[in-house]
Amino acid sequence: MDLDLYVPILAIGVLGAAFAFFSLAASWLSGPRRYNRARLDSYECGIEPTPQPIGGGRFQVKYFITAMLFIVFDIEIIFLYPFAVAFDSLGWFGLIEMGLFILTLVAAFAYVWRRGGLEWD
Amino acid sequence: MNEFIAPTVEYAELSPLLIVLGAAVVGVTLEAFLPRRGRHRIQVVFTLVALVAALLATGWVAAGLDEVEGASGRGLIAAEGAIAVDGPSVFMWGVLLVFSIISVMLFAERRIEGGVSAFAGQAAALPGTEAEREASRQGIEHTEVFPLVLFAIGGMLLFPASNDLLTMFIALEVLSLPLYLLCGLARRRRLISQEAAMKYFLLGAFSSAFFVYGIALVYGYAGSFTLADIHAAVDNNTGSTNLLLAGMGLIAVGLLFKVSAAPFHAWTPDVYQGAPTPVTGFMAACTKLAAFGALLRVFYVAFGGAQWDWRPMIWVVAALTMAIGAVVALTQSDIKRMLAYSSIAHAGFLLVGFAGAYGGDGITSLQSVLFYLAAYGFSTIGAFAVVMLVRDPGGEATHLSRWAGLGKTSPLVAGVFAFFMLAFAGIPLTSGFTSKWTVFSAAWAGGAWPLVLLAVGMSAVAAYFYVRVIVLMFFSDPVVDGPTVSVPSLFTSSALVVAVVATVVLGILPGPVLDLAQQAGAFVR
Repeated sequence: MDLDLYVPILAIGVLGAAFAFFSLAASWLSGPRRYNRARLDSYECGIEPTPQPIGGGRFQVKYFITAMLFIVFDIEIIFLYPFAVAFDSLGWFGLIEMGLFILTLVAAFAYVWRRGGLEWD
Repeated sequence: MNEFIAPTVEYAELSPLLIVLGAAVVGVTLEAFLPRRGRHRIQVVFTLVALVAALLATGWVAAGLDEVEGASGRGLIAAEGAIAVDGPSVFMWGVLLVFSIISVMLFAERRIEGGVSAFAGQAAALPGTEAEREASRQGIEHTEVFPLVLFAIGGMLLFPASNDLLTMFIALEVLSLPLYLLCGLARRRRLISQEAAMKYFLLGAFSSAFFVYGIALVYGYAGSFTLADIHAAVDNNTGSTNLLLAGMGLIAVGLLFKVSAAPFHAWTPDVYQGAPTPVTGFMAACTKLAAFGALLRVFYVAFGGAQWDWRPMIWVVAALTMAIGAVVALTQSDIKRMLAYSSIAHAGFLLVGFAGAYGGDGITSLQSVLFYLAAYGFSTIGAFAVVMLVRDPGGEATHLSRWAGLGKTSPLVAGVFAFFMLAFAGIPLTSGFTSKWTVFSAAWAGGAWPLVLLAVGMSAVAAYFYVRVIVLMFFSDPVVDGPTVSVPSLFTSSALVVAVVATVVLGILPGPVLDLAQQAGAFVR
């Protein structure tokens, strides 16, 4: 049995762990600790997280819905693309199956729309 | 460029699955467009009709299964090798759908809560806030539970029937995700319900990760996800045994988590206690059945050739599960937690049947486990249905001390509950006895006699705490301001009647259902 093949994988794992420890330790030891408002923001990139969370600390649940919707459409496109490439050879079977697939997504979308998931306020 | 070839899909044989999942999608659409008034009634009727249609379709599929040449089973491999529609699959589909129909009837119960269902009015409202009070004043309900439970049932139908590990993983997720949500939707004691959902979700995510890692290692070993190919690789002993052992172990962790076997049982009491009681009953019967089906299929079909490697592991797990379930249940003071530990103990008894791995003449281990699951499911849904009825002003009276003397104030309900306890304990003339008998005798035939002896001992320990509840109900004085027993609507009463009748019939006349389990035959690969 040949376990030598796995040595590089192990080495990568060790390297990765070492790098993580090194970076954390280095920034902890060498970095200045000057906390200000920007440092303590949810996203340390200068952009205000909008809308302002009420009372601070809590994320608006709206972000979650937006992210979920994004993923739904994202995945729809991922599946549509290979279907478009193989459209010729799949014929009617492919068309009907993809129609059903899109219909399924539309059902979820209609639910979100009717329940007001698309309204920001 | 290579031509793509459209796959062939056996729609007719897969119709039960397609009906349930299709109905789930239609249910979501109904949620979107129906006005709030009347939504509950339409969803209940629609869900029940869909489940009955799927059950009829299952019967039709079962009648049309063909013998497989050169193998002992009947059935076919559908959807390009992804799904095995064989005897055991169809048997489990039938039983699962019957359990689902009973569970959905419990979901539909509205009379007990005074006109609203057992589910949170508005799950997004924080517990104890004005928004929550406003939602309950308006009588808002989450009728989404019906499409959600349909999705879960669809996943459960697919899980034990999947013929490759990737399909099995998808099915696992399809059945788990709606369950996580359903656990957090209790109307009363919402914090504990949300805690249950959170714990179940986090631990479930961990176990899924174990399962997928196991799939990856087994793929590395066999070069295929298909159970038949893995079986061939095990027989020919290709590849590294270490990969196989590690992969097998990790897949076992994922599946044993779902059947709530020790040491992967820690979620069970918390989740069973916190989840809305109809959901708990549904999980205890249906999730257990689906997960055991998948466990049996993976280990008997794919890893059957390596059984001398996995059997010791399952022996240890079975012994631990029985011991922890039976002994820790003794110390419980909450009725739902006690039933949760009882379900762990029963998972242990089922694992004894699984560990026997007997495939010779007479009833095989597979058939005995299928029969046990069918018998146990009825009693457990029934027991949780009784828990729904015994109530304090603040919700269900789940503390065991509140049940004292119930036999004197409400003899009928206490009698029904006592009957289910006797069935769990395995007293003759109940389904618990016949199912334990078949499982233990198959395990004995498979050479697992030390495990069977331990199982009989643990049954005796378990019988003690079941009988303790009966004694508490009938031989102690009623508590002052004791719980009231609500009169349920037709839904819960008929579900209870079905559960009681099934428990009696399977205890006195187990023949027909045992025959059905035997006709299920063996897995087709």
